[in-house]
Amino acid sequence: MTTTTAVPSAAAPVKKKQDVQGSGRLAAVLLSPTFLVLALVVGYPIIAALRESLYQKSQGLDANGFVVKGDKFVGLKNYTDIFTGVKSDAFWNAFWNTTFFTVTSVIIEVALGIAMALIMHRAFRGRAFVRASILVPWAIPTAVSALLWRWVFQADGVANAIIGQQVLWTTEGFHAKVAVIIADTWKTAPFVGLLALAGLQLIPAEVYEAAKVDGASAWRTFVKITLPLIKPVLLVAILFRLLDVLRMFDLPFILIGAHKDSVNTLSMLAYDEANNLRYGPAAAMATILFVYVAVAAYVFVKLLGADIIGEARSRKSGASKRAKKRARAAQEVTA
Amino acid sequence: MTAISTAKSGSAGRRGVSPRQVLSYVGMAVVALYCLAPFYWMVVSAFRRPEDQFSNSPIPAPFSIKNFTAVFKHDVGFQRALLNSLIVAGTTTVLTLVVGTFTAYALARLDFRFKNLVLGVIVATSMFPTISLIVPLLHLFTNIGWINSYQSMIIPNLSFVLPLAVWNLNAFFRQMPFELEYAAMVDGCTRGQAFRKIIVPLAAPGVFTTAIIAFIAAWNEFMIALSMVNKKEMQTATVSISKFTGAYGFDQPFGTQMAAGVLVTVPLVIVVLILQRRIIAGLTSGGVK
Repeated sequence: MTTTTAVPSAAAPVKKKQDVQGSGRLAAVLLSPTFLVLALVVGYPIIAALRESLYQKSQGLDANGFVVKGDKFVGLKNYTDIFTGVKSDAFWNAFWNTTFFTVTSVIIEVALGIAMALIMHRAFRGRAFVRASILVPWAIPTAVSALLWRWVFQADGVANAIIGQQVLWTTEGFHAKVAVIIADTWKTAPFVGLLALAGLQLIPAEVYEAAKVDGASAWRTFVKITLPLIKPVLLVAILFRLLDVLRMFDLPFILIGAHKDSVNTLSMLAYDEANNLRYGPAAAMATILFVYVAVAAYVFVKLLGADIIGEARSRKSGASKRAKKRARAAQEVTA
Repeated sequence: MTAISTAKSGSAGRRGVSPRQVLSYVGMAVVALYCLAPFYWMVVSAFRRPEDQFSNSPIPAPFSIKNFTAVFKHDVGFQRALLNSLIVAGTTTVLTLVVGTFTAYALARLDFRFKNLVLGVIVATSMFPTISLIVPLLHLFTNIGWINSYQSMIIPNLSFVLPLAVWNLNAFFRQMPFELEYAAMVDGCTRGQAFRKIIVPLAAPGVFTTAIIAFIAAWNEFMIALSMVNKKEMQTATVSISKFTGAYGFDQPFGTQMAAGVLVTVPLVIVVLILQRRIIAGLTSGGVK
């Protein structure tokens, strides 16, 4: 999906004109408000958190016996405390929970999302209806969906009535993790499905015809044609889901509750610290999560080549480019 | 599993009509059921009588709106919470569009150095974990006395709504006919005039869709609103619902919560269904939630 070179041909003469008018300066003017806002609401907090994570609240008596309140520079103590101190158990628990949720829900969501996309893609009629219903979970606030699932997962709720067992879903234990994953999957798999469907619709029918002529089985067609061709779209969807689950907060917080070891995530742990006015440790924890997210994103983009920007640039840029893309896709497959 | 069988039937050929159609319909029904059943359960539970709360019948019988009246009881303060949500999400949306439109225009139309870097930075900011913004901002807002204020929720909201909006607008702007703007400039418009008179009217549908998506994102926000507010009167709807206390003596007033959930969700669902084509276009082209 490297579309850096694929500028629509119509743009060429315009571009010359733009340069004459000084696009660079205009761009700077138009971009600056956004960057100002982002610097204030994202840049500043990240740096402030980094600084804050090196301090601890100190409360003591000075030489004259007065109470001194203030922040004391403690270096990396907050970090070492988190990794090895008294609270390290809670941290590592939250770390593994977060990782577990991320891996399992992303895998399930992608599998379900592809399945949904395939179903919708093959639809004869009623595709509009299904596409509409797919938007319902997306539009529901996570907080409300968490309550909804808490209600479904009550001891005498409908989930237990359906499976005919008495599982105390919202109490500590592995079932609480399962409940969170089910609720998360319900809300976001349809979204992955929508993206995957957009990818499927870019695959020309001729490719499948060719595969059929060659006598490829349905599974082989799926693995050798469908998956590789929707891979760019999928990678972007996976990346967004990955980063979203890594910062998961609302769902376990409401569905199961705060201070539950089975579902405590890094976001919840940091929130709890901040809520108890332990800003230093909270900032350290938030910074660790930030680094975790950044590393995950970097690895994902570098190793798997998820091209977010290229994807956005190429997807919606007119019929001519789409036609070009189809031709290329067809070429790739027949080659 | 359904997918594989459907895929198989799909590639089996275009003539075998009925079994394939049946399979396809079954698959569609499964997808629709998957998406709608939990939502339906919320609606059903909301319309039960509070004393039937634990009934598992698929239709509320007898039908009752007692849960809804409970939501609007004075001591619940839900009206105020809805108003707060409206103010916070509305202001966030307006600010976002004012700032984001110009940026998206620049990204879609102009040719300048570091464009990819700019795009990358904007996408990246939307992926930062909210908590790493909340901790320092909470400290800051506590120090300057902004806790329990609208701005303490609106400003952090910008951190994820603005990139989302820029991204969506950018995708919409790219689709617009380049030549029109060029023609307007040939006819003597300045670039600013071309933007106002040609691009803005043409972009209106895209801007409107982006506004809806941005509004939904801000409306559904929970963590920031939870952290920045500890006074009941300033809670947004999502926080308020999660903190409902029993009006009927159950441990957790699920009936009331479901009714409030329906009230918060149904307007969004209706708007989304009306605009579904545009929203799907926005979501898939943006690629950002």
